[in-house]
Amino acid sequence: MNFSNFLLMGQETGLIVVVIILFFCDIFSTGKTAKWFYPLSIILFSILTLWGFCPKPEGEAFGGIFVTSDMTVLMKNILNIATLLVFLQSYRWLNSKEQSEEKGEFFIITLITLLGMYLMVSANNFMMLYIGMETASLPLACLAAFNKHQEKSAEAGVKFILISALASAVMLFGLSFLYGAMGTLYFNDMSLTVLNNPVTIFGLVFFLGGLGFKLSLVPFHLWTADVYEGAPTSVTAYLSVVSKGAATFALIFALFKVFGSMDIVWQNIIWWLSVITITLGNLFAIRQKDIKRFFAFSSISQAGYILVGIIAYNAQGMTATVYYILAYVFSNLAAFAVISAVENQSGKTSIAAFNGLYKSNPKLTLVMMLSVFSLGGIPVCVGFFSKLFIFLAAASAGQYVLIFIVVLNTVISLYYYLLIILAMFIKEPEESAVATFKSDIYNRIGMLICVVGILAVGLVSGIYSYINSLNWVI
Amino acid sequence: MIKLEFYLVISTLMFFIGIFGFITRKSMIAVLISLELVLNAVEINFAAFNRFLFPHQLEGMFFALFGIAITAAETAVALAIIINAYRKLGNININDASKMRG
Repeated sequence: MNFSNFLLMGQETGLIVVVIILFFCDIFSTGKTAKWFYPLSIILFSILTLWGFCPKPEGEAFGGIFVTSDMTVLMKNILNIATLLVFLQSYRWLNSKEQSEEKGEFFIITLITLLGMYLMVSANNFMMLYIGMETASLPLACLAAFNKHQEKSAEAGVKFILISALASAVMLFGLSFLYGAMGTLYFNDMSLTVLNNPVTIFGLVFFLGGLGFKLSLVPFHLWTADVYEGAPTSVTAYLSVVSKGAATFALIFALFKVFGSMDIVWQNIIWWLSVITITLGNLFAIRQKDIKRFFAFSSISQAGYILVGIIAYNAQGMTATVYYILAYVFSNLAAFAVISAVENQSGKTSIAAFNGLYKSNPKLTLVMMLSVFSLGGIPVCVGFFSKLFIFLAAASAGQYVLIFIVVLNTVISLYYYLLIILAMFIKEPEESAVATFKSDIYNRIGMLICVVGILAVGLVSGIYSYINSLNWVI
Repeated sequence: MIKLEFYLVISTLMFFIGIFGFITRKSMIAVLISLELVLNAVEINFAAFNRFLFPHQLEGMFFALFGIAITAAETAVALAIIINAYRKLGNININDASKMRG
C-alpha cells in the first residue's frame, strides 16, 4: 500500500487530528479547566479552517476512489466556514445548565459528520459516496436527539434516523441497478460506459430519490419541518446549511461526472423537481407560525433554487451553484444566529416572539433584516447576486420557462420573508415580549462574520471569477 | 440452474415488502425491521449482479460487505435513539411521536 496517498487527504487528516485532540481534552478537562474547552475547540477549528485556504495538491488517491481538486478544496472550505459559524452561535446553548455536561460530545459528533461530508464531496466512487453519506447522517440523527430533556428533540431524532435510513436504502437500490447496468462504481469508468437504457434510468431515478431526501426536495421533504423544529437550534442551523451544501456538492459531481451523456433524462427530472420544490416550499412557508418551521420551508424552497443551477449542465452552472451555497451559508446562518439568541433569552421560537423586536434589540433586528433580504434576493445583499448567477446559468442552457416560473416564485417568497420584517418593525410587542439583552461575545462575532459575508461577498466580484477559474475535472 | 432473474424477483419483492412495512407498521422496532428488509434486498442485488454479470471482479461483493457493516451501525444508532424516545414518550408507537405538526 502506498501511504503517500494520505498526503492528498490533507483536510480530512487535519479534521481527524482535531477530533482526537478535542476528545482527550474533553476527557481530561474537568472542574476548573472545563470552561476552556469551548474556546479551545473554536481556536483549533479556526486554525483548520484557515489552513484549508493554503494551496493543496490535486490528484486521485487509493485507486481513484478519492479525488481532490481545487474545487473540492473550496467546497470543503465553505463547509468549514459554515460549521465554524454554527459553533460560534452555540455558545450560550452549550453553557446552559441542561447541556453543560455534553459540550464535548457536541463538538466531536459535529466534526465527525463534517468528515463524512468531506468524503461525500471528494468521492469518486459510489461506495465512497455511500460511506461518506452514512458517516454524515448517522451522527446527525444523534445530534437531532441531542437535547435529552425535551420530548420534541427525541421525536425529531426518531424521525430523522428512520427517514434517512430509508433514503439511503432507496439510494442503494438505485446504485445496485447502476452497478448491474455498468459493472463498475467508479465515476470515471461509469461515464465511459453509461448508456441511455431503462435499467440505468431506473437506477438514476432511485439515486436521485435518495439524495433528494438529504436535500429535502419536495416529494421527499416531509421530515424536514418536524426535524428542524424539534432539533436544538444550532443543530437545525447545521442541518439546513452544511448538510444541504454537502448533499448538493455530491449531487452535482455525480450528475456532471457520471451521467453527463444522459443529460436530457436528468434535466427533465430536475426541472420538475425544482418547480415543485420551490412552489410548494413557498406556499407552505406562508402559513407557518413557528420560526424554525418557517425556515425549514424556506430552506426547502432554497434547495429548489440550487437545482436551477444544476440543471444548466456546464461550467457556469457549477460555478453558480457553488456561489449560491456560499451566499446561502451567510444568509441563513445570520438568521439562525438571531433565532438562537432570542431562543436562549426567552425560550420561545414562535414568529410572534419577534413582534416589536426593533424597539428592544435594534442590532439583532438589523442582522435578521439583512439575512431575510438576502434570502429573498434584494439587491446589494449577496442573495441577489447568487440568484442572478443561477438564472444566468439556467439561461445559458436555454431554460427560459423554468426561469420565468422561478422568478414568479421569488415574488411569493418576498411576501413571506417580509412577514418577519413586518413582525419585527411594525407589530406591537406582546406583553411577555423579549426584553433588551446583550448576546454573548461568540454569537456577536458570528453575526459580524455573517453580516460582512452578506454585504461583501456579492460586491467583491473577484470571488465569483475565482470560483469560475477553478478546475474540477481531474 | 438458478438464473439472475430469480434473484432479482426475490430482491425486488423484499424491497417493496420492506417499503410497505415501513409505511404501515405502528411500532418503531417493526419499522426498523422493515428497513433491514430493504437493505438486505440491496445486498442480494449487488451479490447477484456481481456473480452473474461480472464474475471476474469483486466490486459488488465488497459493496455488499460494506453495506452490511454500515447497516449494523445504523441499527445500533436507531435502537439507541428509539430507547431515548421510549424514555421521553413512554412507548414506541409511531402515532405517539406526533407532538409536532402544522
